[in-house]
Amino acid sequence: MAPRFEDVQVGDELPAQTFVLQRMNLVMYCGASGDFNVIHWNERIAKLVGLPDVIAHGMLTMAEAGRVLTDWAGDPAAVVEYGVRFTRPVVVPDDDQGARLEVSGVVTGKRADDCVEVELTATSAGVEVLGKARAVVRLGAPPVS
Amino acid sequence: MALNPALVGKIYPPTAAYEVGREKIREFATAIGDGNPICHQVEAAQEAGHPDLVAPPTFPFVLSAKAMAMAIVDPELGLDYSRVVHGEQRFEYERPVFAGDTLVVTSSIEEIGVAGRNEILTTRADLETLDGELVARTYSVIISRGTAPSRDAQQPAGAA
Repeated sequence: MAPRFEDVQVGDELPAQTFVLQRMNLVMYCGASGDFNVIHWNERIAKLVGLPDVIAHGMLTMAEAGRVLTDWAGDPAAVVEYGVRFTRPVVVPDDDQGARLEVSGVVTGKRADDCVEVELTATSAGVEVLGKARAVVRLGAPPVS
Repeated sequence: MALNPALVGKIYPPTAAYEVGREKIREFATAIGDGNPICHQVEAAQEAGHPDLVAPPTFPFVLSAKAMAMAIVDPELGLDYSRVVHGEQRFEYERPVFAGDTLVVTSSIEEIGVAGRNEILTTRADLETLDGELVARTYSVIISRGTAPSRDAQQPAGAA
């Protein structure tokens, strides 16, 4: 059930999620986004340029973390602003476990126009991968019954 | 070689029109694991009050990356792509992106700054309809590693 603006309080936590990223997910995101940068699929070149292994697109990490916002609001259209800093790459080994991206969120403010401010925390292997991850989400008016 | 600060404010020509398609939105949502029916089923999107499928919030980057590429390869800017790291990304929406939208993207150089040995390039991309309605604005902060202009007259041996 989508949260109502009236019911949301500063300090409320959004349902946290863990996203698993395997090599297949990166390949799918390459195709969907048009970003075929080799460091996101080619282990040989990723290591050649000094990375520990293939890394996820920063934008894929941002998109996955954004699902905490859109799943909570119930509608991708609810996100009015969303910004992140890419602090550390998410390393995705070639195995059956992949990388785990842990994302949580908290309401940090309420605005006019039924909008709330949210701050997200995103970590992988205990390391913060997104910094200053903030969004403004417009929550719908309650349905007229 | 440092970035050319005279390029702050440069506006690049708008991109060719991009037709936002239902199948692309479905593909993108699937790739990021978003099964929200509003991204996949037109009836669900319309029941939620939208004209058609809604693109997930980071979708505009698919368009703005192409626009930003013009700045990245601009010889006047002096950016060395091998030193580029994506530092930050921000989206601001006037309205959602819907399947059926035809959008053009105009990118510009907002800021060029220095942070330690790195240079910081901020670009902006405006996504507009063919009628000039602003749909969304995205800001990218790109870090150019180690290219900040040095005050020293002599470079240590081996410096790029």
